[in-house]
Amino acid sequence: MNFLTLDWKTIFPQLLKGTLTTLQLTAIAISLGFVVGILLTLGWLYGNKPIRIFCRGYVDLFRGTPLLLQLFIVYYGLPRYGIRFSPFVAAILGLGLNSAAYQAEYFRGAIQSISQGQMLAARSLGMSEFKAIIHIILPQALRIVIPAWSNELIYTLKYSSVAYMIGTTELMFAGKIIAAKNFRFFEVFLVVAFIYLIVVLIISHFLRMIEKRAKIPGLQMIS
Amino acid sequence: MEPIEKNVLLRVRHLSKSYNKEPVLKDISFKVKKGETKVIIGPSGTGKSTLLRCLNRLTRPDSGQIWLDGVEVTSSKTNINKIRQSIGMVFQDFNLFAHLTVLDNVRIGPTRVKKIPKREATELALDMLSRVGLVDKAGAYPAELSGGQQQRASIARTLAMRPKLMLFDEPTSALDPELIGEVLIVMKNLVKSGMTMVVVSHEMGFARSVCDEIIFVEKGVIVEQGPPDELFLRPKHRRTKEFLSKITELYGKSEG
Amino acid sequence: MEILETLAAIGKSIIPVLRGTEITVALTFSLLAIGLMMGLPLALGQVYGNKIISTIIVVYERTFRSIPALVLLFLFYFGPATFGIYISPFLAAILALGFRSSAYQSQIFRGAIQSIGQGQMMAARSLGMSKLKAIIYIILPLVLRRSIPSWSNEYSSVLKDTALAFAIGVIDLNRWGWRIAIRTQDPIIVFLVIGVIYFFLTLAGTRFLRWLEKELKIPGFQSRDTIG
Repeated sequence: MNFLTLDWKTIFPQLLKGTLTTLQLTAIAISLGFVVGILLTLGWLYGNKPIRIFCRGYVDLFRGTPLLLQLFIVYYGLPRYGIRFSPFVAAILGLGLNSAAYQAEYFRGAIQSISQGQMLAARSLGMSEFKAIIHIILPQALRIVIPAWSNELIYTLKYSSVAYMIGTTELMFAGKIIAAKNFRFFEVFLVVAFIYLIVVLIISHFLRMIEKRAKIPGLQMIS
Repeated sequence: MEPIEKNVLLRVRHLSKSYNKEPVLKDISFKVKKGETKVIIGPSGTGKSTLLRCLNRLTRPDSGQIWLDGVEVTSSKTNINKIRQSIGMVFQDFNLFAHLTVLDNVRIGPTRVKKIPKREATELALDMLSRVGLVDKAGAYPAELSGGQQQRASIARTLAMRPKLMLFDEPTSALDPELIGEVLIVMKNLVKSGMTMVVVSHEMGFARSVCDEIIFVEKGVIVEQGPPDELFLRPKHRRTKEFLSKITELYGKSEG
Repeated sequence: MEILETLAAIGKSIIPVLRGTEITVALTFSLLAIGLMMGLPLALGQVYGNKIISTIIVVYERTFRSIPALVLLFLFYFGPATFGIYISPFLAAILALGFRSSAYQSQIFRGAIQSIGQGQMMAARSLGMSKLKAIIYIILPLVLRRSIPSWSNEYSSVLKDTALAFAIGVIDLNRWGWRIAIRTQDPIIVFLVIGVIYFFLTLAGTRFLRWLEKELKIPGFQSRDTIG
């Protein structure tokens, strides 16, 4: 085992490119998950019965089955029905729709932790239910949920490595190519692990700064 | 279809409400004239809060009608959000919006509901905050205030909507004794300024000194109503007498 | 009709699918056991240990929680081979995911220990118990009870993570799904069926743990609420 004998000149750009793809994949997937997750939460809490059942079912189903399976369905399953995605897009959809289920669960917890009185007071001012949700409930819920949401972001980042299994050329994939070419699996994956570690630590640090900034006296955050 | 009667702002007729077949309000009728203050008293769990919440339809009554200034609140054709803008409600536990500063709490109604320009709303809000003596706390968050200050801020929040009628749901019950006075002072000033108010409260001192009529509710029905002195000195019903003496004993005659 | 054919193909492979399920369950239980046996001492070390011990544990925990499961699987699979030690993919998966789970579990137990408060420990020591005795007879019984809800979350997430062992060639449920999918050319149906099996494994485990939680409940001692 000797890291110095690795051909860093060629390896480094490859790893960097993979890392950037990983970050891209994570950012887009978490955003998709955010939008779908909010919709699921609102449907779950405020929708009529069929919508509630659908949203609940969605969350249970996506949380109850492995992400890898979901990626396989999107990437290998759908083409049979004429729906074809590139590995990158399939990974975004799989990761994003999966994360949506988890985010919905966090948002729901946050909204339910807000006292009923907030909604009552908003309605008593003449706000419609929709307005009350937009101006009163969501701004509070989104603050409360920051720590839990930060965890979810880190999870998505780590699990984006699974996208390698459907051929998305992210960090893990780059590692595998380099490892196979040099036949130095252990060392290369140690380097890959180290990169993930650093990226996770840096992002966690930033998220904690945001958490501190968003803190409002009296609003208890849940993690 | 409202029976015309001059100066009547709020009219409640045959209001009934049940929860799980358990009647909470039974055939309640009363009216409030412009500028009047009515205090609703009664043992806990007798539907006082439910009655108050029916008035702005936060709770939907099962039957009966409510008119506010010629508009039927209970009609499904009425835009209830519009009606609620003219009925201010003050809650027992304040319910200030936890993520907004005091100023924003007072400003959010005018800007988001009435679509008043922000600058104008700010002026209005500061004006209302000065009425309750809280201008210096405009930038604070609710959790940084004492209970009394929070309740005053919530009164300012409803005042900023320029309501025709204000409902108070036990506004001092959640407060430490030494903080009750500052809220009552604000409420008394409102009475003096001619605000029409319906107050659920056990502050007998407040009731006796400023209200026009006390309504005694028990087990969902109005047992007796009349001017405070009449109820205190010459109650018609045995229950009224018992309740009033018990409540005076408990709360004292404080805060004249 | 095609769907029926696919289902029939899965039906014909019922024995291997059951074998795969068995592997998945075995993998899950083994790694949870490793995680438990390591996680508890790690949590105790972090709370009651001296500064050096707790720092080492924090670094361990952070590292294993920050590296993706898939990367850990590769490291544990290829790592020993680099030093001339050959282990089966199954064992590599148990070790990789088990060590990882120990980091998560130690966090669960640490939270539970800290939520119990100093009073219990002081009361135990005042009776003349040693620190170790106090931990074994007083703290742990409380901690384990309080940890069940979070531990149930851990169960359902590692169960799903075992599907990743596919990447280093463990012949688990997921792998069998893959094989049948290739044969039948209709992956969606196959993966959905496999998904249903995972779903029921999750459900069975979490239901059991909720039952256990109720069974072990002590009046006045609440299990910790877990949001997120």
